[in-house]
Amino acid sequence: MSAPSSTTAPPADVPRYRQPTRRGAEGGLLVAAFVVGSAAYLQIDLAVLGHIDAGSFPALLAVAALLLVLHVSVRVLAKYADPIIVPVVATLNLLGLAMIHRLDLAEAVRAQRNGTPVPAPDVNTQLTWTMLGVLLFVAVLVVVRDHKVLQRYTYTSLFVGVVLLLLPLAPWIGATVNGATLWVRVAGLSFQPGEIAKILLTIFFAGYLTVKRDSLAFVRTKVLGVELPRGRDLGPLFVAWFVSLGILVFEKDLGTSLLFFGLFVSLLYVATQRRSWLVLGAVLFILGATFAYFAFGHVRLRVDVWLHPFGDEAGNSYQIAQSLYGFASGGMFGSGLGQGFPQLVPYAKSDFIIAAFGEELGLIGLMAMLVLYGVIVERGLRTAIACRDVFGTLLAAGLSISLGLQVFVVVGGVSRLIPLTGLTTPFLAQGGSSLVANWIAIGLLMRVSDTARRPDTDVVALEDAPTQVVPR
Amino acid sequence: MIRSIRRLAVVFGILMVAILGNLTYIQFVTAAQVRTQPGNSRVLLEEYSRQRGPILLGSTAIASSIPTNDQLRYLRQYSNGPLYAPATGFYSVVYGATGIERTENSVLSGSDDRFFVDRVQQLFAGRGVKGGAVRLTLDPKAQAAAYQGLAGRTGAVVAIDPRTGAILALVSSPSFDPNLLSSHNPSQIRKAYDAYNADPAQPMLNRPLAMTLPPGSTFKLVTAAAALESGKYTPSTEVPGPAELPLPNSTRSLKNWSGTACGPGGKTTLQNALAVSCNTAFASIGMSLGADALQAQAEKFGFNNSFTVPLRAATSRFPSGLDQAQTAMAAIGQFDVTASALQMAMVGAGIANNGQVMSPYLVAQTLSPELEVLQNAEPTPFAQAMTPANSAALLSMMVSVVDQGTGSNAKISGVSVGGKTGTAQTAPGKPPHAWFVGVAPATPGQAQVAVAVVLQNGGGAAEISGNKLAAPIARAVMEAVLGR
Repeated sequence: MSAPSSTTAPPADVPRYRQPTRRGAEGGLLVAAFVVGSAAYLQIDLAVLGHIDAGSFPALLAVAALLLVLHVSVRVLAKYADPIIVPVVATLNLLGLAMIHRLDLAEAVRAQRNGTPVPAPDVNTQLTWTMLGVLLFVAVLVVVRDHKVLQRYTYTSLFVGVVLLLLPLAPWIGATVNGATLWVRVAGLSFQPGEIAKILLTIFFAGYLTVKRDSLAFVRTKVLGVELPRGRDLGPLFVAWFVSLGILVFEKDLGTSLLFFGLFVSLLYVATQRRSWLVLGAVLFILGATFAYFAFGHVRLRVDVWLHPFGDEAGNSYQIAQSLYGFASGGMFGSGLGQGFPQLVPYAKSDFIIAAFGEELGLIGLMAMLVLYGVIVERGLRTAIACRDVFGTLLAAGLSISLGLQVFVVVGGVSRLIPLTGLTTPFLAQGGSSLVANWIAIGLLMRVSDTARRPDTDVVALEDAPTQVVPR
Repeated sequence: MIRSIRRLAVVFGILMVAILGNLTYIQFVTAAQVRTQPGNSRVLLEEYSRQRGPILLGSTAIASSIPTNDQLRYLRQYSNGPLYAPATGFYSVVYGATGIERTENSVLSGSDDRFFVDRVQQLFAGRGVKGGAVRLTLDPKAQAAAYQGLAGRTGAVVAIDPRTGAILALVSSPSFDPNLLSSHNPSQIRKAYDAYNADPAQPMLNRPLAMTLPPGSTFKLVTAAAALESGKYTPSTEVPGPAELPLPNSTRSLKNWSGTACGPGGKTTLQNALAVSCNTAFASIGMSLGADALQAQAEKFGFNNSFTVPLRAATSRFPSGLDQAQTAMAAIGQFDVTASALQMAMVGAGIANNGQVMSPYLVAQTLSPELEVLQNAEPTPFAQAMTPANSAALLSMMVSVVDQGTGSNAKISGVSVGGKTGTAQTAPGKPPHAWFVGVAPATPGQAQVAVAVVLQNGGGAAEISGNKLAAPIARAVMEAVLGR
């Protein structure tokens, strides 16, 4: 049995099997993303203003350039990566820009009516952040040529991640916005370090579980006839639990807290295949949630408002009530872009942007957008399955899970499926930190995907090739 | 790990289904009831973002929306606000809508389902979506004549076309200006509204429809109708008409205004009893007919029924379970009998229209935004209150009221006019209500107008006040309708 080594070229008469890269498909989908995004943008102009805004064509030109950069960089740097993820992300990002532009116009119209100065459009800032995000996406592909390198930085990631998480609590630079201490302000620029910490901690979880998964999975002690992990193996779970509670207590950020804990427990389950971790996680979650409900007024308030959205419409439940009015007014088909009143919902550009889409695109449009998120998560989990190394699998799974959880928590929150938390909608909502961090996460996912789908060698077509040993 | 990732994917699938299911619940299942909650300002903004259709009289708009520069993009304007206020109502950001603005809102706002095709067309044509128009039955000249007649007094006028039930005049005095309540300035609106509400003259009360008062002697028309319909009376039947009629089981007795008998020997004819408005005659006729017969006759004219024209009119009452003394009082329109101006106009209209009472209506047509007719009003009979023969007899009795009796001020030269005066006593010490019910021309089935005028606490102390104060207004309205 002579397996062809990577250095041996197959015989010239044997047709070569070439792993398809699907870059052409990706290019086509990016064009579709551009068409959808710019159609939305222009429709908004026409609906609100009756003519195309002077800033719209330059903005769309910049967007087209960005899409070209994305396409070329993936073609060069991650040739075999998944062809669907980037176009879907780009579509969402463009729709987010369009909606922020739409709300800018609403503010401008209002300012003109009241005779007050027209505020600077937020869409420009968001476009700048998009550019930075795409740039960092490319940078990730350039710097991280092989995702396995990241495993070396398992504990560095933990350290930096925790520091970033704690940064908003630091004196001088930390800042509290709307009750949550999530922000760092340096030299007039504000940033949410928690967004980057999310990625670093995902890397840490993946690295840590790659090493520890066997002992976490198989070493058990029996307590009263029930098989349980050893006490020392339980340690990390409790650490994650306490860190999550800490975020909740000190930074008052329900969403991030929930996201971290959910991510860690899910990854534990993926790594060990043991459902007992899920059960343990659920028990701890219930304990923590109960504790938080009784210990903190702001958590109790969130739950009250969740149960009675129209109870205190003039006060605490104003936001959620307005959000529900937005959804309900949109109905099945929506008012059409630029033809509703999404500006009536507070924080329509950021926390409640989903309500804005629900109102103007209706149930049908919103469902389509949520399916786009579903596609990203599905492609991410597929990447995790296809990946041949444990670290890569856990990393890809972790990045996908955190995106999926985040979308669930946000959309569930603004539509009153679950209590409202303070997470941003990935790629749609206004906010640079989140946008940049999510583009970095997509960069990493594309890297893992590229590695997973890249053929080890130029293999000959199966029926023509001699039996070979598949390297593992 | 593959298996657990697959399971996790299933979990995400379930979460997705939960989210989509919940959104379907919010945006589809309960959407209609959530979006119409008062906290949702979109409803108002959307309504104001469409050009509301006009309210028309003929081809003249009495209410129309004009574009503005503020957030509520159209301002509602009433060209002759106080005159038409009882019909149009107002359209307020703060207090909602009343009158036709309220009842015909779906047409005026353009949200009516019949406009679906129009809306789609307007959408594709890039034109703003507009509302449809409502054309009223009111006759501008009759309306103006009534309003002028009531100027400075408290009262109401209703005129009806007896043949169809179309309302030709609907006037309240004093009135209010709907423009002040339909502006876009909430504090101004509240100020005006509070001022109107605090005014003891009650300018926002819709008197012709919502105010019911004792009809007094005008109710004798109903009693006379019941007498003729019973078959026991003709206009020339001799009836008792003493100066004073003792009431059974009561120490009180009922007197005539004049204090004298209505005819020689305390006897008179039914026709003359109506002409001179003889209280004792009608009280005794009422007692001999019985309360049930009076009630049945009153209900055939519309008493104890509610009418929506489409504004809701107050129900005029003829009480049941009356004893003899009460029946005597009720027969002359006192005791607990109350009627709106609309109701008394319907009595006159029924008598003039061969006994057939038509349901009153105010909306002649609804029109699409392009002013194509969506719906024409269809006159519908309410009840056959009398036989044609009896109604013709009663009509000629009404003519003698004007020609030889108490209603002389309603005379129009060259036209036969029928009428009945009324002066209804109210609380002691307060001036009575002066009534007049008139029809012209007094030709069975061909009368063009039936009018009821009421002046609230407006009369002097005597029976003549109906003739003195109310009859001239009725005459002016009838002249306006007849084009005199």
